[in-house]
Amino acid sequence: MAEGDVIVTRLDAAINWFRKYSLWPMPMGLACCAIELMASGASRFDIARFGSEVMRFSPRQSDVMIVSGTVTYKMALVVKRLYDQMAEPKWVIAMGACASTGGMYRSYAVLQGVDKILPVDIYISGCPTRPEALLDALIKLQQKVSREPITSMLKKIT
Amino acid sequence: MTAKDLALKLKEKFGELVSEPQEFRSEITVSVNDPARIAEVCAYAKQTLGFDYLVDITSIDNLGEQPRWAVVYELYGYSHHCHLRLKTNITEESSCLPTVSNIWKTANWHEREIYDMMGIRFEGHPDLRRILLWEGYPYHPLRKDFPLQGKPSEVPEVAFTQTAPLEGGPFVTKPGETASEREPRSRDSLESP
Repeated sequence: MAEGDVIVTRLDAAINWFRKYSLWPMPMGLACCAIELMASGASRFDIARFGSEVMRFSPRQSDVMIVSGTVTYKMALVVKRLYDQMAEPKWVIAMGACASTGGMYRSYAVLQGVDKILPVDIYISGCPTRPEALLDALIKLQQKVSREPITSMLKKIT
Repeated sequence: MTAKDLALKLKEKFGELVSEPQEFRSEITVSVNDPARIAEVCAYAKQTLGFDYLVDITSIDNLGEQPRWAVVYELYGYSHHCHLRLKTNITEESSCLPTVSNIWKTANWHEREIYDMMGIRFEGHPDLRRILLWEGYPYHPLRKDFPLQGKPSEVPEVAFTQTAPLEGGPFVTKPGETASEREPRSRDSLESP
């Protein structure tokens, strides 16, 4: 394709294409799953291959919150507040058994699944989750993002 | 100098207040009969007997027995390498002990943890707040009469709790020949095979 040529596409297809390859994670590392999250970022598994290497420790600049680990009741409202501070559009991955359901912690201190306070897009099994499973979840999330119609984005913003 | 010698010195000094040293698997335990004087015994153990390191303080809930609480002090001395355990019992009505945080600084957080999890207060503690759970949580979860699945609570803007689904649990093991016999199972299924 020579310089000056024109491509015609649907607006939502183009926007979603941009978005899906630059999902910046908010690493909500709470327990041992966070170690696997770090491994996913390092060279062996290399989350950068999917455009998500930019871990932002500020919710304002993040697109996807990866809740990796046990969400205790003491931490639950902090997780919720960080999610609320993220700009739209935003997604949530519940990484591992604890974040998805409370895992082995059937106890007074642990929130039984982060979906009680946040809308979760992808659940990953594992205790802890393997980095491959996290990358698989990321690819599934990319597929979900690419299917998102532009009207729903406008609805979320307004 | 052995731990037993040091325990006998403690007995010599305090007489009827402390029990004879009890030995179990080469560990020495001394019971203190009056919980209100535990700080006095601790101060002597540190200053004169050289127990300069407080390893831990733990609390035990003997639910259904009188007195209900037992508090255990694990002492160690770096100069003589001896280990001594002090035990004392407190009734549920008083649920109060003198602090030892002015003797060993490290007791500050140990006592806060006991206050948080068991609800035993420490008189004279400089900063007796909850250490693991949040201010306003109404229960003490290490007590035997507190259910594992928890109780609902709500502190607006700070934290909330709900009961956890146990699905037949908590799961326990029992001794057995094969691995399938030793597998963790719910109590109900163990009682009715």
